[in-house]
Amino acid sequence: MSNPQQLRYTKEHEWLSTPEDGVATVGITEFAANALGDVVFAQLPEVGDTVTAGEACGELESTKSVSDLYAPVTGEVVETNQDVVDDPSLVNSAPYEGGWLFKVRVAEEPGELLTADEYQDFSGN
Amino acid sequence: MNHAPPSSTPRKTALDAVHRALGATMTDFAGWDMPLRYGSERDEHTAVRTRAGLFDLSHMGEITVSGPAAGALLDYALVGNIGSVAVGRARYTMICQEDGGILDDLIVYRLGEDTYMVVANASNAQTVLDALTGRAAGFDAEVRDDRDAYALLAVQGPQSPGILGKLTDADLDGLKYYAGLPGTVAGVPALIARTGYTGEDGFELFVEPRYAEGLWRALTEAGEGAGLVPCGLSCRDTLRLEAGMPLYGNELSTALTPFDAGLGRVVKFDKTSNGGAFVGREALEAAAERAAGTPPRKLVGLIADGRRVPRAGYRVVADGTPVGEVTSGAPSPTLGRPVAMAYVDASHAAPGTPGVTVDIRGSQEPYEVVALPFYKRQK
Repeated sequence: MSNPQQLRYTKEHEWLSTPEDGVATVGITEFAANALGDVVFAQLPEVGDTVTAGEACGELESTKSVSDLYAPVTGEVVETNQDVVDDPSLVNSAPYEGGWLFKVRVAEEPGELLTADEYQDFSGN
Repeated sequence: MNHAPPSSTPRKTALDAVHRALGATMTDFAGWDMPLRYGSERDEHTAVRTRAGLFDLSHMGEITVSGPAAGALLDYALVGNIGSVAVGRARYTMICQEDGGILDDLIVYRLGEDTYMVVANASNAQTVLDALTGRAAGFDAEVRDDRDAYALLAVQGPQSPGILGKLTDADLDGLKYYAGLPGTVAGVPALIARTGYTGEDGFELFVEPRYAEGLWRALTEAGEGAGLVPCGLSCRDTLRLEAGMPLYGNELSTALTPFDAGLGRVVKFDKTSNGGAFVGREALEAAAERAAGTPPRKLVGLIADGRRVPRAGYRVVADGTPVGEVTSGAPSPTLGRPVAMAYVDASHAAPGTPGVTVDIRGSQEPYEVVALPFYKRQK
C-alpha cells in the first residue's frame, strides 16, 4: 500500500491535500477503505456546513459496519463529491482520486496531522 | 486432540496458508481465524449468484453418532424425526433445551444404517457435543467428537455441478438437494453433500484435513473457465440473509423456540421412537399452541426505501413506538438496497404494513415489510 507523499493524514485515517487558495480536499485512506470493505453508502457533510477538526461530520457504511467520518481540519465545506454519493464504491477503487469526499475552506489546522511516512508507521502498512 | 484453545489464539484451518497466499482479510469467528473476504465481498456474492464460489467452512463442528440406537438417540435429543431419514439423505433440524429454547440449528446426514453425522455451528459445537453426550445415557449409541477429523470445503453457485463434475465420477445428477454420499473427488475420499447456506445450488465436501489444500487447488483449477472465485464469510452472510436463512446468535437463541423463529415445521411431534418422548417436547407443544394463536412477534423481512443499512439490534419503530428489533441487516447486492430480518410485533408483521421504520442511529428510515426470503433461485 502506498500513501501519496504530498498528502497529510490523521489517526482517524483521513487524508487532506495541501490547500490551494485555502481549500483542501478530504478523503479516507486506502488502509481505511480496505478495512471497511465495500462502501455502500456515504453520508457527507453539506456544502455550507462548518466542520470541526476531530469531530464526526458524516458516515460511511460498508457491508459489515458503519464508520464515522471525521473532519481533519476545521472549516467550511465548499463542495462534496456527488460521484461518491452516487457510486460509493469509488472510495474503495480510487480512495486518493475519484473517491475524494469533500472540500473544505481551512480555518484552522490541528497540530497533529501526519506525514505519509508517519501515517505509514501508524497504520502499520 | 486439541480443543477449546484460549480465545486469544484462534484456531487455524488446514487451508490457512492458502488464504494468506490469496491475500484474504481474516477475521476471528467463533474462535477460528477465518477468511472474511479475499477482495470485494460484493463481487464474491455476485459470483455465487451467477457463477460459482469456493468456501472454506472448516470451522463447522462435526459430531458422529453411531450404533444400533443412533437413530433413536437423535429422535430423543433433537426436535426432528431423524430415524426416518433415508441413508444418503440429510435433514435440517434443531437441538433444544427442556424449556424449548434453541441450543443450535443443525444438519444431520445419515451416512449409514447406524451412522449419522451431525454438523453444528462452530460457536455451538461444544454445547451440542455436551448435550448429545449427556442425552445419550441409556442409548446403545456412541457420540464422537469429529471436529478435527474433517476439513469442509463448499462449492456454491449455478456452475458448481459442472465444476465438481470434472473432478468426480460420483453421480451428481442423482444427488438431490439435502443428500450426501461418500465418494472420491480429485482422487481423495470425500463425503459429497448437496447442501449449502447460500440459496444457490451447491455442494459441501467433507475431507480429511490433510487433503484440504490439494482439493482446494483442484477445485480452483476446475473452476477457472467457469468464473469460480474464493469466497469469505462476509458474502456467506449476505447470501444467507437474502435467502432468508437464520443465523444462530442473530435469529436463533436459547430465548426463542423454533416456533418463535417461524421454523416450527422442523419440530416433529409424531415420532414413533421412545414413545414419542424428546427433549423439550412439553414446552414445544405449548409454543406450538401460542404460535397458532396469537404469536407475540414474527420474523419478517424488511427492505429499505433509502440507502442506510440496518444492523442487528436496531429498533423497528412505527408511530414513534418500538414494534420490533433487527436481527440481521446488510446491503443486499442482489436487490441493490439494504435488507434486514427482524422480529416484529404481530400487529405490524403483515407484508405491506404501512408506517414501519428502522431507527438508524436516531433517524427513522422507512422500510417495507415483506415475507421471507428476499431471494429465491429459479430452478
